[in-house]
Amino acid sequence: MSTLTPAEHQKSGPARSTSPTALNTGSRRSRFGKIGGKSRMDPTRNNTAAGIAAWLLALLFAAPVLWMILTSFHSETDAATNPPSVAANLTLDAYKEFFGASSGVIPWPPLINSATASILSTVLVLVLAIPAAYALSIRPVKKWTDVMFFFLSTKMMPVVAAVLPLFLFAKTAGALDNIWFLILMYTSMNLPIAVWMMRSFLAEVPVEILEASQIDGAGLLLTLRKIIAPVAMPGIAATALICFIFSWNELLLARVLTGVMAGTAPVFLTGFVSSQGLFLAKVCAAAVVISLPVLFAGFAAQDKLVQGLSLGAVK
Amino acid sequence: MTTATARVARPGHSAPKTSKNARSRERALAWARRAPLLPALIFLIIVTQLPFVVTLIISFLNWNSLRPDQTGFAGFDNYVQVLTNADLRQAIFTTIILTVSVVLASLVIGLGLALLLDKKFIGRGLARTLLIAPFLVVPVAAALIWKHALLNPTYGLINGVLTWIWSLFGSNTPPQPDLLSQAPLMAVIVSLVWQWTPFMMLILLAGLQSRPMDTVEAAQMDGASPWDIFRQLTLPHLRQYLELGGLLGAIYIVQNFDAVFTLTSGGLGTANLPYAIYQTFYFANEYGLASAAGVVVVIGTIIVATFALRTVFSLFKKEAAR
Repeated sequence: MSTLTPAEHQKSGPARSTSPTALNTGSRRSRFGKIGGKSRMDPTRNNTAAGIAAWLLALLFAAPVLWMILTSFHSETDAATNPPSVAANLTLDAYKEFFGASSGVIPWPPLINSATASILSTVLVLVLAIPAAYALSIRPVKKWTDVMFFFLSTKMMPVVAAVLPLFLFAKTAGALDNIWFLILMYTSMNLPIAVWMMRSFLAEVPVEILEASQIDGAGLLLTLRKIIAPVAMPGIAATALICFIFSWNELLLARVLTGVMAGTAPVFLTGFVSSQGLFLAKVCAAAVVISLPVLFAGFAAQDKLVQGLSLGAVK
Repeated sequence: MTTATARVARPGHSAPKTSKNARSRERALAWARRAPLLPALIFLIIVTQLPFVVTLIISFLNWNSLRPDQTGFAGFDNYVQVLTNADLRQAIFTTIILTVSVVLASLVIGLGLALLLDKKFIGRGLARTLLIAPFLVVPVAAALIWKHALLNPTYGLINGVLTWIWSLFGSNTPPQPDLLSQAPLMAVIVSLVWQWTPFMMLILLAGLQSRPMDTVEAAQMDGASPWDIFRQLTLPHLRQYLELGGLLGAIYIVQNFDAVFTLTSGGLGTANLPYAIYQTFYFANEYGLASAAGVVVVIGTIIVATFALRTVFSLFKKEAAR
C-alpha cells in the first residue's frame, strides 16, 4: 500500500489542525490541555535497529568531545601520535601546564573576567527582562506584540555592524579594556532573548488565579511571591543559564573591546596556541577547563534548552 | 478607546469634568503598565540602535584612522568598493555558501537524529545527552579542537583513525587528507555542522514529540508504510519547526566569527563578512569601508530576518490572539 486513501486524508485533516495547538506553547491554555508531551501513547516496539544507529551516531558526534577530554589527560608525546594512542597512561601534566606550571602564564585573570562578565551581565539582563516580560504578558501594554518584535529584531542585527561605533566610543570614553563596558554589551546582546524567554514562561501563570487573588485584595508583592514566582522560577533559572552560556562563549566583542586587563577566557584561548613544540594536550586541557562551566550550565538547563534557544516558540 | 471607556464609566451631568479625570487616570494607568518595560526598551535602543545609526553615518565617510587629514564625505564610494573589492565580494559569497550549507546540512542530519531519538531504545536519555554535547563546547575551544586535535594532517584524530583502519588490513599507505589546507572552507563547514546539528535536532525533536500520535496510529492500522507516514503526516507537521530551526540557525551562522577566526584566520577564501569587516577596521583601519560592509550585512540579514520574523510570528500570533 503506497498512498493514503481519501478517508485517511480526512482522518488526518482534523489532527493536522490540532497540531498548532500543540505548537502553541507557553499559552495559558497549554497548562490545562496539553496535547502531545511525554505521556502520549508510543508505538511500544523496541526499535533495536534505530537504537543501534542512534547510539553509533551519538558516539560519532560526541567523539570530538570525548577525544578532547581523553587527550587532556595524556602526556604531550602520547597526545600527538598517529595512529592515536587511546590507551596511553593518564596524567594531569597538561592541566598543570595550563595553569602555568612551567610558563608562569596564569589563566586565572581571564577566567575570572569571563565569570565576572557572564554573571554580572546575566544579573543585569534578569533585572531588566523580568519586569519587561511582566509588562508583556501578565499586565500587557497595548501593542505588546510590536514591542516583542522590536526586541527580536535587535537580536537579528549582526554584532559586527555595530562593533566599530562601540569600539570608537569605548576608545574616546576610555572604556576600552574595561570589563564594565563588556558587561553592558553582553547585557544588550542577551536582553532580547531573555525577554522572549521570560515572556513565554510568565505566560504560563494561570490568569484565573491571578484574577482571583486580585479580587481577594492580594497586593502586588504577595501576588508576585505566592503566585508568579513559583511558576516563573524554573523559567528564570533556565533564562539565566542560557544568558550565561552566550556571554561566556562570546568572542568578537571581547576581542575588539578588551585587551590585557579585561580579556576573557575565549580571547585568552585564541592567544594560547603557540606554534612551537608539543602543545596538543595543553590545548585540550584548556578547552576542557573553559568549556566546563558551559557544559554544566547546558546540562542543568537541558529540559528548557529548546524553549530558550527557540525563544520560547517551541517547548 | 480611552474616551469610550470613560464615557461608559461615568455617564451623567458632570460628564466633561470626570471624563477628563478618568482620561488622565487612564493615562496614568497606561504609563504604570508601561513603566516596567521602559528600562529594558530604552537600554536596548541606546546600546543597539544608536551604534547602528553611527555605522550608517560612517559608511558615507572617507575615514581611515591612519590618514586623519583625508577624512571627508565619500557618498556611495564605500558601497561601490564593497561590491567591487575582490576580497569583500569574495567574503559575501563565502558568507552565503557557509550559511546555506551549514544550515541545510545540520537540518538534514538533525532531522535524522531527531527521528531516531523519537523511537524508544535502551539508553535514549544518555544518547540524547551525548548528542547535545557538541553544542555545549565553547565555540572557540571547539574550533581549536577541530584544528589541532582532529584535522591536523600528521597527528589529528581523523587521519589517525584512517591509519589504524588501513593497518588492520595490512596497508602502510593510508589516505592522509589535509582538509585545512586542501579545502579550508569545507573544514569550517564541517566543524560548524557538528556544532549546530544538536540545535536543529532539539528543535525538531520537540516538533516530533508534539505530533498527534492518534493519526499516526490510525494510518499504521490502515496499513500505511512508514515512508508514507513520514511524508504525509510527519513532514507537514514538522514544516514550521524546520523553518524555525533553519532561520534561527541562519541568523546565528551569518554572524559566525569564532570558527573562521580560529580555524583558518580567514585565509584561502574562508573569510566571511564578519571576519572581513573585523579585518577592515581593526587592522586596515578603514572605518568608512568597514561600516559600509556592515550595512551590507545588515541589509542581507534583514532579508533573511523578514522570513524568520514571519515564521516566528505565525507560531506566535495564535498565542497573541488568545
